[in-house]
Amino acid sequence: MATTQDTLHAAADGRKLNDPAMLKRRYAAEWRFKAYGLGALGIALFFLVVLFYSIISQGWTAFLQTNIKLDVALNEADFQDADGQITEQSIRVADYTKMARDALQSTLGLESPTRPEKRDLRGLLSRGVDVQIRNKIESDRSVIGQTVPVWVLANGEVDALIKGSIDRNTPEERRQLNNKQLAWIDKLIAEGRLEKQFNTGLFTYGASSQPETAGLAVALIGSFFMMLIVALVAVPIGVAAAAYLEEFAPKNTFTDIIEVNINNLAAVPSIVFGLLGLAVFINFMGLPRSASLVGGLVLSLMTLPTVIIATRAAIRAVPPSIREAALGVGASKMQTLFHHVLPLALPGILTGTIIGLVQALGETAPLLMIGLVAFVVDYPTTPLDPATALPVQIYMWASSAERGFVERTMGATIVLLMFLFVMNAAAVYLRRKFERKW
Amino acid sequence: MEQIATSATAETAPMSGVANGEAPKVTARDVCVFYGAKQALFDVNLDVPRNSVTALIGPSGCGKSTFLRCLNRMNDTIPICRVTGKIELDEQDIYDRDLDVVELRARVGMVFQKPNPFPKSIFDNIAYGPRIHGLVRDKTHLEEIVETSLEKAGLWKEVKDRVHEPGTGLSGGQQQRLCIARAIATTPDVILMDEPCSALDPIATAKVEELIHELRQNYTIVIVTHSMQQARRVSQKTAFFHIGYLVEVGDTEQIFENPQDKRTQDYIMGRFG
Repeated sequence: MATTQDTLHAAADGRKLNDPAMLKRRYAAEWRFKAYGLGALGIALFFLVVLFYSIISQGWTAFLQTNIKLDVALNEADFQDADGQITEQSIRVADYTKMARDALQSTLGLESPTRPEKRDLRGLLSRGVDVQIRNKIESDRSVIGQTVPVWVLANGEVDALIKGSIDRNTPEERRQLNNKQLAWIDKLIAEGRLEKQFNTGLFTYGASSQPETAGLAVALIGSFFMMLIVALVAVPIGVAAAAYLEEFAPKNTFTDIIEVNINNLAAVPSIVFGLLGLAVFINFMGLPRSASLVGGLVLSLMTLPTVIIATRAAIRAVPPSIREAALGVGASKMQTLFHHVLPLALPGILTGTIIGLVQALGETAPLLMIGLVAFVVDYPTTPLDPATALPVQIYMWASSAERGFVERTMGATIVLLMFLFVMNAAAVYLRRKFERKW
Repeated sequence: MEQIATSATAETAPMSGVANGEAPKVTARDVCVFYGAKQALFDVNLDVPRNSVTALIGPSGCGKSTFLRCLNRMNDTIPICRVTGKIELDEQDIYDRDLDVVELRARVGMVFQKPNPFPKSIFDNIAYGPRIHGLVRDKTHLEEIVETSLEKAGLWKEVKDRVHEPGTGLSGGQQQRLCIARAIATTPDVILMDEPCSALDPIATAKVEELIHELRQNYTIVIVTHSMQQARRVSQKTAFFHIGYLVEVGDTEQIFENPQDKRTQDYIMGRFG
């Protein structure tokens, strides 16, 4: 009978089996739980969209830069030294700023500009213009004596105006660019001599106090060196430590303490690693300040626990039956590890390692402690040269007030995020690729 | 290598009618196993006759698998496990300090409860053992080893066209026979089987049992099984374990027809276990 079961249940706890009211509550609870989950997801997505919108909307203009096309007259007389010779030295010291200003002056058709007008003319051009023209000549000396077209950087204020972040309608006295300059700019635009172009300088310039000649090159090189050092230091040590702890270490109090401490290290604030690096690598070992070598070592220390924990988890996830199979045919412990366990754990190890690298790439605090907040103009050629790192560059630009630096801050953030995305995508790809072997 | 060569001659010795043909392949004397403070096996004395199948039966947790794993020192991999007593393989103490455990495991192959092929090709599964033990002269020799091993395991016909496909793509029964072939490839004398059919369907089980019959000609087999019918079908000698003690051992027929001990009787009658 169908009722037998019901009566049995009723007898046991005084309630009937499948009481409709109870069922309804159960379904309601499940529905609520799903709704909470969706809600949480929705909020998270909303903030993510807001974050990306604000970064990209403010930052995308950093990838464009206003340039002015000047027909620069390179008169031989301007390059001659006192003896009438053109030497490397005389080329280096020639007055390029004046040449650029004269070119702009003739382009705008000004016969004899007044002193304030001269100042205003120069105000349209970046201070990096002299280097741009000099580079042109140093790469090809035969242009001396000719009039050559050169695209030069516009001043940061002009750039801001073109990008619309300065309002033309502000009263003249509260504007950086006066009415005369605005008129010149309009004339240049009309002649097709002033336009926005892709900002290669963002990737090729080092530090600068002018936004238009400030770039990420030094930070990119520094970050590259650091990632290289982290990959070379933290990954082998981390994987070896994890493999030893998982497969060889005896289980005793000593290894328990090590295990607890590794987990603790993963939670240590990164600035503490910076202090450690300052004390050990710089003060004790005497390595140079501001060097990416020290930065890389500090980041390695910081990444090590992540790599160890991820590797241990990956090794533990390899089914014990595989180890038994290998030992059963007479493989030694080490052969079992290298022939079977590590290859199977590889996807997990790679993912963990890349996540560790991504963490290290985005880390700022410890690098501040070891002096990677330096004003470095020249490209570092070795990890011992002064350098900066991407997140530190963002931090430094963020504290500058100029409009050009604000957009560069966001632009650099976009670059950093791109690197992180690419690395994460690589992690996913590698994981998929190696997992297929199962 | 040399060791394996000598053991191979020792194996053929009884066939050629040498006097010690009756000497057991494996002898266990007063074997006790401890997991930490807990004792799992008590004073087990057992002789495993050569070129025959010895079945270890008993209820779960009786220590039969533990005993099996003592025979190729797989218990070494469990840090808290301690073994006392003496186990000899061809009168050589396998717990001797000088004995290389890696070589022992080449001589005493093992097949596990769940088929556990390496996630590699069928070929590499078989080739792995011979390769790490340096048994391979060249490529053709290796191919020969793989083929004979698969043939002995009755798998060659089924897989000869796809030896370079992953071993994990085979069916459960085929995987288990692949594992047997892998064990054979290192030219062992003894093959240990730990419930080799418990994860297989009846047809695959029948095939593996048939294979065990054939292998008996050349190998000494020790099999742990939960199925008394299986023990009866495949073995010549049966040992009954109960909560860590070896209760009774004898010819399979005698154990099943005329058990001496009350506990054995109860177990094979299906009263417990």
